[in-house]
Amino acid sequence: MTPEGSLLAAEGLRKAYGPTPALDGADFSIHPGEVVAVMGPSGSGKSTLLHCLAGIIRPDSGTVRYGTHALTELTDAQRSALRRTDFGFVFQFGQLVPELTCLENVALPLRLNGTKRKDAERQARDWLAQLEVDGVDGQRPGEISGGQGQRVAVARALATRPRVIFADEPTGALDSLNGERVLTLLTNAARDTNAAVVLVTHEARVAAYSDREIVVRDGRVKDMAGRI
Amino acid sequence: MSIGHTLLGLLESGPRHGYDLKRAFDEHFGQDRPLHYGQVYSTMSRLLKNGLVEVDGVEAGAGPERKRYAITDAGITDVAQWLARPEKPEPYLQSTLYTKVVLALMTDRDAAELLDTQRAEHLRLMRGLTERKRTGDLADQLICDHALFHLEADLRWLELTAARLDKLAEAVGG
Repeated sequence: MTPEGSLLAAEGLRKAYGPTPALDGADFSIHPGEVVAVMGPSGSGKSTLLHCLAGIIRPDSGTVRYGTHALTELTDAQRSALRRTDFGFVFQFGQLVPELTCLENVALPLRLNGTKRKDAERQARDWLAQLEVDGVDGQRPGEISGGQGQRVAVARALATRPRVIFADEPTGALDSLNGERVLTLLTNAARDTNAAVVLVTHEARVAAYSDREIVVRDGRVKDMAGRI
Repeated sequence: MSIGHTLLGLLESGPRHGYDLKRAFDEHFGQDRPLHYGQVYSTMSRLLKNGLVEVDGVEAGAGPERKRYAITDAGITDVAQWLARPEKPEPYLQSTLYTKVVLALMTDRDAAELLDTQRAEHLRLMRGLTERKRTGDLADQLICDHALFHLEADLRWLELTAARLDKLAEAVGG
C-alpha cells in the first residue's frame, strides 16, 4: 500500500546508466488531485524519475507503489496494462500517430481499452471540445499547428480518465500564450477529475501551475513543501 | 542590501579593523558602489550597541585610535538567521542574493540550500500570481504577467548560480 493518503509513492529509487547514476536514492509521493512539479537542471534525473514512477523503466533498486500495487514487482505486461488504464502521458512532441486523424488519435486509448468505436469517438469529440480544438477532428497531426497538436495530445492523455497524468515538458515547444492555455486546460481537467499530475519542467512559469514542487539534483529528490 | 549583515558576515572569518572591513566589502560587493568610511563606522557602532560585535583590541597610533572588531555569538546567530531567511521577491534583488551566496560560501554554509529556499519563495509568489491570472480579467492577466516575467528572470539567475556554485566557491575562497 502507498503511504497514507498518497496515490503514488516511491522510496529509495536508484537507477544507473552504465557507471553514471541517474537516480541516487530518490523518494516521492503524490496525492489524488495534486499537481507536483518536478524541477531541476538538465541531466539531474527528472525524466528518469518520471519513467520509473510510470513503470516505463524499472529502477535498479527501490520501490514504486501505486494504490495496492507494487509497480516495481509487476511484469512488463502488467505494467503496460496499468499504463493503458490508469496513467496518461503528455510529452514535449512527437506523440500523436501521424496516419490517424486527431479524433482517431484521441479515441485510440479508449479503443485499446475495449470501448466500442462509436462511443470512443463520442468521448473523444467531447475531450477535443474541452481542450478547445473541436475543429480539428478530421485533420491529421501534420495539418495542424503545434499548439493545437499539444491540445490534442492532452485530450488523448485525459480520454481514459487516468488517475495519474505524467507530463514531461508538455509546453516546451509552444509559445507563451499557447503554453499557458495548454497548462490551464490540463490542470483544470486534472483537478476536475481528481487526477494527480506529475509535471516535469525546468521552467518556473510552468511550475507555478503546480501545488508544490520537488527539486531533483544529482539524482536526489528534495521536497520543497512547507519550507517557507 | 543589508550592510550590517554583510559586515557581520565578513567578521565571521576573524576580527578586522574598520578599514579592513571596508576593503573586504569593496573587493567582494562594492564594484558599483564602494562603501564610505562613515558608513562602516556608523554601522559598527550600531552593531556594537546591539551586542552583535565587540571591540577586540585598540591600537594607538599617530592618528585616531584603530579599533579591531570581533563578531559575538549573537552576531553569528544574526547572520545565520539573515542568510536562512528568503528575501521578499522584488526587482533588482540580485545584489542582495549575490551577497548572501558569497557570504554563505565564505562562511562554509550551505549556499545551495539558500538558493533552494529562495526558489521556493519565488515559486510561492508565482503560484499566487498564476492563480490570480486564472480567475482575473485581462488587466489582471497583464499585470500578473509583468510580475511573473521579472520573477522568472530572478529564478533563471538562481538556477545559473546554483550550477556555478563550485566555481564561485573557488573564486571567493570558500
